[in-house]
Amino acid sequence: MKRLLIVVAAVLGGILSAHAKLNVVATLPDLAAMARDIGGDKVIVTCLGKPSEDPHYIQPKPSYIVALNKADVLIDNGLDFEIGWLPALLDQTRNGRIRLGAPGRVVASAGVPVLDVPTAPVDRSQGDVHPDGNPHYLLDPERGKIVARNITAALKRVAPGDATAFDDGLAKLLARIDVAQSEAGKLLAPFRGAKIVTYHKSFPYFAERYGLNVVGTVEPKPGIPPSPSHLAALGERMKAEGVKVIVQEQWHETRTPALAAKKSGAKVVVLPTQTGGDPAATDYPATIKLLAEKVAAALK
Amino acid sequence: MKYIRIVVLAAALLAVRSARADETLGALKQQLQLLQQQIQQLQQKVAELESAQTVSTPAAGTAATTPAKAWSPSDPITVGKAGAAYMNVSLVADTVFGWSTTPDVQRIQGAHHDPSQRGFTLQGVELALDGAVDPYFKGLATVALVLEPGGTTATELEEAWLQTTSLPWNLQVKAGQMYANFGRHNLLHNHSWNFVDQPIVITRLLGGDGLRNPGAQFSWLAPLPFFTELSLGVFNSDQSSFLGGHEHAHGHEEEEHHHSDLHGGEPVGRTLRGPQDLLFVPRLAMSFDLSDTQTILLGASAAVGPNNSGPNAGTQIIGADFYWKWRPVNAQKGFPFVSWQTEFLFRRYEAAERVHPHDDEEHILPSETLQDWGLYSQLLWGFKRGWVAGLRGEYVTGNDATFESDLRIDRTRVSPNLTFYPTEFSKIRLQYNYDHIQQWGDEHSVWLQFEFLLGAHAAHKF
Repeated sequence: MKRLLIVVAAVLGGILSAHAKLNVVATLPDLAAMARDIGGDKVIVTCLGKPSEDPHYIQPKPSYIVALNKADVLIDNGLDFEIGWLPALLDQTRNGRIRLGAPGRVVASAGVPVLDVPTAPVDRSQGDVHPDGNPHYLLDPERGKIVARNITAALKRVAPGDATAFDDGLAKLLARIDVAQSEAGKLLAPFRGAKIVTYHKSFPYFAERYGLNVVGTVEPKPGIPPSPSHLAALGERMKAEGVKVIVQEQWHETRTPALAAKKSGAKVVVLPTQTGGDPAATDYPATIKLLAEKVAAALK
Repeated sequence: MKYIRIVVLAAALLAVRSARADETLGALKQQLQLLQQQIQQLQQKVAELESAQTVSTPAAGTAATTPAKAWSPSDPITVGKAGAAYMNVSLVADTVFGWSTTPDVQRIQGAHHDPSQRGFTLQGVELALDGAVDPYFKGLATVALVLEPGGTTATELEEAWLQTTSLPWNLQVKAGQMYANFGRHNLLHNHSWNFVDQPIVITRLLGGDGLRNPGAQFSWLAPLPFFTELSLGVFNSDQSSFLGGHEHAHGHEEEEHHHSDLHGGEPVGRTLRGPQDLLFVPRLAMSFDLSDTQTILLGASAAVGPNNSGPNAGTQIIGADFYWKWRPVNAQKGFPFVSWQTEFLFRRYEAAERVHPHDDEEHILPSETLQDWGLYSQLLWGFKRGWVAGLRGEYVTGNDATFESDLRIDRTRVSPNLTFYPTEFSKIRLQYNYDHIQQWGDEHSVWLQFEFLLGAHAAHKF
């Protein structure tokens, strides 16, 4: 009889302790890194997207259905970023805990001031314009702080018992983001107003934060590949305006930007824009600082 | 006996205690939730105020910031901004233009959405509506319009189903008109095909419109570390391998069919007398990530149901499918990639003793078993952003039977193609088919296909 009770206790204990750690799934490496920093040893974080993988085009692998099925918390970027792959996965996850509106769901963009919200009517002849605004807001650390708070709120909703631990994690993360942000500000201060060209329309938040001036994009319209005439015109414009740098993310090809850069004597800089994209980009604050270092070095 | 008494006592005690504990716990939980909500509201306020302070100094020339709202990809798109129509709406149209050495294109292209004549064919215009029905269901309906040779427009209800979203124990139920979960190709609408036409083995064994019927499907995601899904579909049956017996895809108005194209006998009307007259479709699918860049998906399916050669005759189909895909982690817009997909199907068709009407005479065809099998294997190479080169090889065959059916003769087809996707919303595809048909000889066809998509951005499946 005693043995039976011990077995029952062990089984119950096993079930309860399995709930002790929260399963957190994040769509993007920066979101995963923040969840790790805030959650500490109270969470197990799985990230679906790879650091060098285009967030618009992450492969909806069946293994992600398994990860999402076990998730207590799902953090997604929002603003249409994952629209090409996440809904199809969510249809198959059979997990009510991460449904839209459920306590375990974090749409990271909640409360984030959004840029590039179309003010005039848009259609797809203008390229892949996100109707709710530009989704690349994680490149601005101030907005990153709002995301960190959103994630903390969700972790506390789901595991109220660990609220103090999450608050501690948040406080430490916010302090480190502040440090990274001020260091980045110092690094880029000499280049206020510097003109740059970007591959995709993915740097307006970063440019706004650090006073850079994006004068053009390699893509003529969001998501539309550059034509020779567009590249030629871009090269001319860069020459006329004295643009020295084209920045781009790791998933874009470098051949066409190089063509435009060659005309004007500019250089193409491939940036590790997400946590893990470079050995030095160990977490979100480190990624922000590294970005600033690379952009500053390029503008010198 | 003593043990039992103790166990019962212990159980009773536990039940009482847990019930009481539940009550107090419930009350506490409610209070906690209330508090949490208030805290959240405050946090939101603080975050808004802070962000307003820190971000409200946009540099000159940048767009004004607007207060954001919570949003997610599964949010509905509001139709017409009226504010109440909660669904995604999209329309996909496929047109194909080309030439075949045979003037009777339908003889070699049996599927409903295949090219059906020399020159232009409107393969299909599909209107898709979907969205969350309520907190418990997701719903989808697709209606396709097809222009048949002769100019009449055929309307086709492809799918209309609802699916549960939060059943316990990893279960999911889908009910309505749907494509049966059999293999890989059967679940694809024609605009998702990787070739201009449907594989011959799918058309022959599962039907010109695929295996698609009103019914219900139960599926279970196994709690394993890798993807393992078991499903069982139950349907009313009216597909060619089952009740129909010959292709309904393109109606032969002028020539009346008094006998089945498949087994030669007069079709027997089958009514639903019990479970033996339903169509059952079980499937097991598993997937493994071999590395960050390679994934495989394996599946085994079956379809078991009645056929119309006799009042108690049945058909059994089994299928195996394999899919492998490679894509580097720094792919641009999903390119480059290489994928390889193969499906094998085998059908055992119990043809009962049946009457074959021919020139006012009636022959009796003996009861026999028709065995057919076939496969297709396709390799796709996305070699450059927006460009995909494909090669498909197919083979189908059937055993000898007293009735010689066009739907059972040996065929080999090889189809290279090249597809260009200007964006995700349009495509242009060029395909050549080399068709070797036993007794008929060789046929060659070239098709150029155009597609456009309007409306909601459909999420891709793996």
